[in-house]
Amino acid sequence: MIEEKEEAGHSPWNDAWHRLRRNRLAVCGGILILTLAFACMFGPIFSQSYEEQNLDLGAVPPSRAHWLGTDVLGRDLLARTLYGGRISITVGLVATFVALTIGVTYGAIAGFVGGKTDAVMMRIVDILYALPFPIFVILLMVFFGRNIILLFFAIGAVEWLTMSRIVRGQVMTIKRMEFIEAARALGLGPRRIIFRHVIPNVLGPIIVYTTLTIPAVMLLEAFLSFLGLGVQAPMSSWGVLIKDGSEKMEEFWWLLVFPGALFSLTLFSLNFLGDGLRDALDVRASKD
Amino acid sequence: MIRFIVVRLLQTIPVVWIIITATFFMIRFVPGGPFTAERAVSPEILRNLEAHYGMNKPLYKQYLDYCGSVLKGDFGPSFKYPTRSVNEIIGEKLPVSIELGLISLAVALAIGLPLGVLAAVKRNTWIDYLCSSFALLGVCIPTFVMGPLLILVFAIHLGWFNASGWYTPVDRVLPSLTLGLVYAAYVARLTRGGMLEVLSQDYIRTARAKGASELRVIMKHSLRGGLTPVVSFLGPAIAGIVTGSFVIETIFQIPGIGREFVNSAFNRDYTLVLGTVVLFAGFLIVMNLVVDVVQVWLNPRLKFE
Repeated sequence: MIEEKEEAGHSPWNDAWHRLRRNRLAVCGGILILTLAFACMFGPIFSQSYEEQNLDLGAVPPSRAHWLGTDVLGRDLLARTLYGGRISITVGLVATFVALTIGVTYGAIAGFVGGKTDAVMMRIVDILYALPFPIFVILLMVFFGRNIILLFFAIGAVEWLTMSRIVRGQVMTIKRMEFIEAARALGLGPRRIIFRHVIPNVLGPIIVYTTLTIPAVMLLEAFLSFLGLGVQAPMSSWGVLIKDGSEKMEEFWWLLVFPGALFSLTLFSLNFLGDGLRDALDVRASKD
Repeated sequence: MIRFIVVRLLQTIPVVWIIITATFFMIRFVPGGPFTAERAVSPEILRNLEAHYGMNKPLYKQYLDYCGSVLKGDFGPSFKYPTRSVNEIIGEKLPVSIELGLISLAVALAIGLPLGVLAAVKRNTWIDYLCSSFALLGVCIPTFVMGPLLILVFAIHLGWFNASGWYTPVDRVLPSLTLGLVYAAYVARLTRGGMLEVLSQDYIRTARAKGASELRVIMKHSLRGGLTPVVSFLGPAIAGIVTGSFVIETIFQIPGIGREFVNSAFNRDYTLVLGTVVLFAGFLIVMNLVVDVVQVWLNPRLKFE
């Protein structure tokens, strides 16, 4: 009897996973970002309080009691940095999710429906591209107060444009393929075809671009916080910590250096991971 | 080509109009006004002030008045600096930002282009890795970390430069280095990518086959095509260098238009906010147009649509 051997998995996702694992920088980035996220999520539970002040102590350089030192009010910098990271990463994820939702839906509809609808929808994107968006985000934050929910939507509303363009382009190629025609022949409605059959097939570019959007969003949040428009005290984010640190760096260098380094490290690993994913998932780029 | 430029310029009119309208009504519907920040003024003075700025008229009338004066190129009087017009303030602050922007751009190109070309030519060698990691470093260290760090090292510890200010030519070094390094990183990444794409093309092999020297292949045959992604990045980047210098201007206390814009938003200086927003938007639109034109010039296979 011939033994039935199961074919080893060679789906595109499997291939991509293998390519990604071979990319040492991307793997390092991935591990680093997971570690950082984990530390920020659970670290504040075990570390010292991020808001407990100790005015007698004041700002002390890194020591055994306070690994990263303390700030002017005697608050433990390690705890504050981890806690700030929690906020920064949350903003990054939530705002990216907002951008993702808008961008994918918009792009998929424009690409799938096509014709005049597509022309009008993409013209709107072109116009929005021409707007100086950071300026509008600044205006929004100044005028409507430093509300964190608003922050999510303001940033999300800025970052969806590129995503919608990418998705539209992909959808336009996919919708001509036979399996979509088959779905249509089966009598499925356009909404079901878009969400069940089209979008899963453009997941690759979406994942890649999402990984690259998160650092962009975190940068924008930190930029706003640096201008004094981000999250409000006693909450803090990496942007807020960097701002505070840069004001006091002459005497207390650690207040700037540690939050800055952690923030840069996060951006660094997210970008490495994103680049690696792009090489792994994009067939065109992976041929070399 | 002339037709293309004219059509594109005509298309920008509705865009600018939308921007003006959206900004105008947005700032009017938010709580607080230009006169609420200071100590409470008596009702009569407030009435006089509002009459002076035409704020006692109905909102639609104010809007029409404003649009009318913008058409004449007048952005109105500033609310915060009562004796000065928005045009004057822009005229005074914009050159500072432009100077900072141009120097930074020069820094970015001078560092970014050679690094990118080198990385692409020496692909997958340690030179490539070195150039590429430098580029990524620049992308990942934001200006508001880089700026203070440079100040800490070069101004405070080494004492080579002033920590802030905009008086002598030496004061230009740290701010433009901070701003330029970020863009240098992007330029290097894009140059590398663009060059790699071009270097694998058939006509490059042809050039090599007919015995052109490596230097000639790079400078004459590849660079033109390889720069396409850099050019499309530079358009928004140039506009962004002027707008994105809020942080630099704040860190180094440079009297430029970016800092003025943030302050005007905080002060509810309606006309100054509007004026700067229109300025930034116009800048961005014009730069995008310039990019499209240069793009066609670099790559004749593209056509003006």
